Amino acid sequence: MDYSVLVGGEAGQGMDTSAHLLALILKRSGFHVFTRSDYMSRIRGGHNFIQIRFSEKPLYTFSEKVDVIFALNEETIKLHAGRLKPNGVVIADEKTGGDEGILHLPLARTAKELGNSRVANTAGLGAILKYFGLPLEIAENAVIKILGKELSDVNIKALRAGYEMIEPKYNLKVREDEHVLINGNQAVGLGAIAAGCKFYCGYPMTPSTGILTFMASHANEMKIVVDQVEDEVAALNMALGASYAGVRAMTGSSGGGFALMVEALSLAGMIEVPVVLINVQRPGPATGFPTRTEQGDLRFMIHAGHGEFPRMVIALRDPEDAFYQTARAFNIAEKYQVPVLLMSDQHLADSMTTKKPFDFGRIKIERHIAGEEDIAGESYRRYKFTESGVSPRILPGKIPGQVVLVDSDEHDEEGHITESDEIRRKMVNKRLRKFELLKKEVEEPWLIGREKPENLVICWGSTYGAVREAVERLNEEGASVGALVFGDIWPFPTKKLLEEARFAKKIIDVEQNATGQLESLIREQALLQATHKILKYDGRPFSGEEVYLRLKEVL
Amino acid sequence: MTCQFELSNETAWCPGCGNHMIRTALKQALEELGLEPHEVVICSGIGQAAKMPHYIKVNGFNGLHGRALPPAVGIKLANKNLKVIVESGDGDTYGEGGNHFIHTIRRNIDIAHFVHDNQVYGLTKGQASPTTAMGQKTTLQLDGVKVSPLNPLVLALSLGAGFVARGFAGDIPHLVELMKSAITYRGYALVDILQPCVVWNRVNTFAWYKNRVYHLPEDYDYTDKEQAFKKAMEFGDRIPIGIIYKVEKETYEDQFDFIKNGPPLVDLELNPKDAEKLMENFM
Ligand SMILES: Cc1ncc(C[n+]2csc(CCOP(=O)(O)OP(=O)(O)O)c2C)c(N)n1
Ligand SMILES: [Mg+2]
Repeated sequence: MDYSVLVGGEAGQGMDTSAHLLALILKRSGFHVFTRSDYMSRIRGGHNFIQIRFSEKPLYTFSEKVDVIFALNEETIKLHAGRLKPNGVVIADEKTGGDEGILHLPLARTAKELGNSRVANTAGLGAILKYFGLPLEIAENAVIKILGKELSDVNIKALRAGYEMIEPKYNLKVREDEHVLINGNQAVGLGAIAAGCKFYCGYPMTPSTGILTFMASHANEMKIVVDQVEDEVAALNMALGASYAGVRAMTGSSGGGFALMVEALSLAGMIEVPVVLINVQRPGPATGFPTRTEQGDLRFMIHAGHGEFPRMVIALRDPEDAFYQTARAFNIAEKYQVPVLLMSDQHLADSMTTKKPFDFGRIKIERHIAGEEDIAGESYRRYKFTESGVSPRILPGKIPGQVVLVDSDEHDEEGHITESDEIRRKMVNKRLRKFELLKKEVEEPWLIGREKPENLVICWGSTYGAVREAVERLNEEGASVGALVFGDIWPFPTKKLLEEARFAKKIIDVEQNATGQLESLIREQALLQATHKILKYDGRPFSGEEVYLRLKEVL
Repeated sequence: MTCQFELSNETAWCPGCGNHMIRTALKQALEELGLEPHEVVICSGIGQAAKMPHYIKVNGFNGLHGRALPPAVGIKLANKNLKVIVESGDGDTYGEGGNHFIHTIRRNIDIAHFVHDNQVYGLTKGQASPTTAMGQKTTLQLDGVKVSPLNPLVLALSLGAGFVARGFAGDIPHLVELMKSAITYRGYALVDILQPCVVWNRVNTFAWYKNRVYHLPEDYDYTDKEQAFKKAMEFGDRIPIGIIYKVEKETYEDQFDFIKNGPPLVDLELNPKDAEKLMENFM
């Protein structure tokens, strides 16, 4: 079984809440769920939609075709009729126009009778549940969770009324619910909190705002300072201040906001203060498509910042990966005193997926902070030359008699400004030695499908889901396809790539950008070249079907 | 005088520069407050003034041009036990860092902000700063400055700053007292310090300031905001120095219950398991 429901309408029609509610009901009914949000950069009007896919099998992507269109306006029917499966149905209020095939229900009328016009959507959800033959009880509990106690009575009534409006078409069996339903932004926030992040600041910018909101909603409970700052320049500089003083600090933004952080990123490299930051990408250049998705900043993240300094760049592949990698980022940042840059995008940020509850026991907090005994009576030197390039880090205010000086100028071992050519050479080498250590930390890409395949797909970050589904399908049909899905991007891991590429007749690059940035990286770093590129840069995410069809064209 | 804040480094400041006097005052203020080097952090941006962390023995965060304030905010939030002082130039603070200046005042975090206001860009060789007078010729504004100067004190007052003062590098005993008041004030405290630049500003010289500055009278009521605006605007033949405005205000950090009533953030125990309960939100 594999079904999809599309809920569409104008911004401001309460679609988000209804879709979230439906996704949660389906999860609690024991299904795997994957949602995809497509919304416009406006508060009222326009056209937004959310697709909710569910199945007994794990899901990694959305599907192009849907079984039910729940149309909150007539435009939804026109825009999405082409997505409806032949045996699918459109559910809409009786006052909504459209042809005869549509299941017109008295949703608004029912809501009015119940005394709250806002519950019409909930009545529609009741009808959808009935359509699939799912019981009401789970749904009623979900209503309480999503809409709160106060509104739950009237919504439960609406749900029941909607349930009575139609006959079931399917008779789905409820299964045991073993999952959480979480999106990429929430998983990043959770990973940061698990890792002991006590300072998160940022400036609102879609699609990264969800992280800021998530952190804010747990700030008091978890004792985290969550600060909306005056601009992104302040954000990274402030996070560096907090980290210098010894708390785990993070900031995040999207494209343009990250661009404003770039000078401070270079500062992080120079002063060797650990920090974690995330770019939840959206299509650029400039303001671009604020609410849509792209992987256009790969090169930017690797190279951003003037001067040469080590950093690590990690692309997040799904919410589970986002959780563990975010936590890992804090350890790497502190171990090597470098900035660690995470990359997500709108599709990962907003798509809710079912996953096994995260294992907090797997998260280890490794601080690498030195104490009095480590500096052995010497006068502390923040940038002491060491073989590894990493100097012992103490915190300001913690050891009487010792002070900690960090400096954005080229500096000597104590952190004092210098013009010495000799010290300059040594400091550059010290900083760059840390990059050699980072190379040892790097994790190889995930391999999906066949090992040593004839056709090797390469991709990174959030395209993981769509590529995974496409590759599995092609292999089931007898093709020989394997995919390497890069998470760690910089330093760039080449081992597995070189191993797998040896046997491949074709190397196919799948990316959500127009220039094939990962492909350019494999040329540079592994001296390999893709034979084909499958690129998408219309701001909409790849579905598994699209990748499947486009791969089929080139196999 | 040798004190525990003394560093033997040779400074990159010109002989006769007001920065030397400001440093002398600062060391004395810290000494008189009974602070120890490890308890204090000086944050600065880039400029001649901003080199202060290299010439005094305390913790230092010498960051980017214009960005002295954000790290200071981060440091104070992370460890409320540190005394956080920001030292930077007029260009750094009012020009490149103008947005941070505005919003740090609004935030009212407990830091002392000492602006070395020489009314010129010193390090980059004499261009106009936001406080250079209109019409003044500089190495770049060859026909004279065509934009009107910014009045930092008026700006700070209008933004609701709780501590606004003006000092003069040439009056060290007075400056020491101002610095001590600013450092002990709970909240954001601005001290704009008139500082002669002996190389690049041939208008606002030591004598120019000396002939104009006067101490605010003993009976001056610094809690009177209207009066404070008047004094802040006085910048011509006569320039008042002293605490122009001072009132008690709740600080930013005190609005976080867990900071106000808990240990400094940096001392919190970290345990991933503490976050596990948040999983329930997604069940
Ligand atoms: C982003 C950036 N822009 C410009 C500069 C060059 N710069 C360094 S200091 C300075 C102005 C310094 O003036 P001020 O802050 O008044 O300090 P002063 O030297 O007068 O003490 C400028 C423009 C820089 N370092 N960084
Ligand atoms: Mg200046």
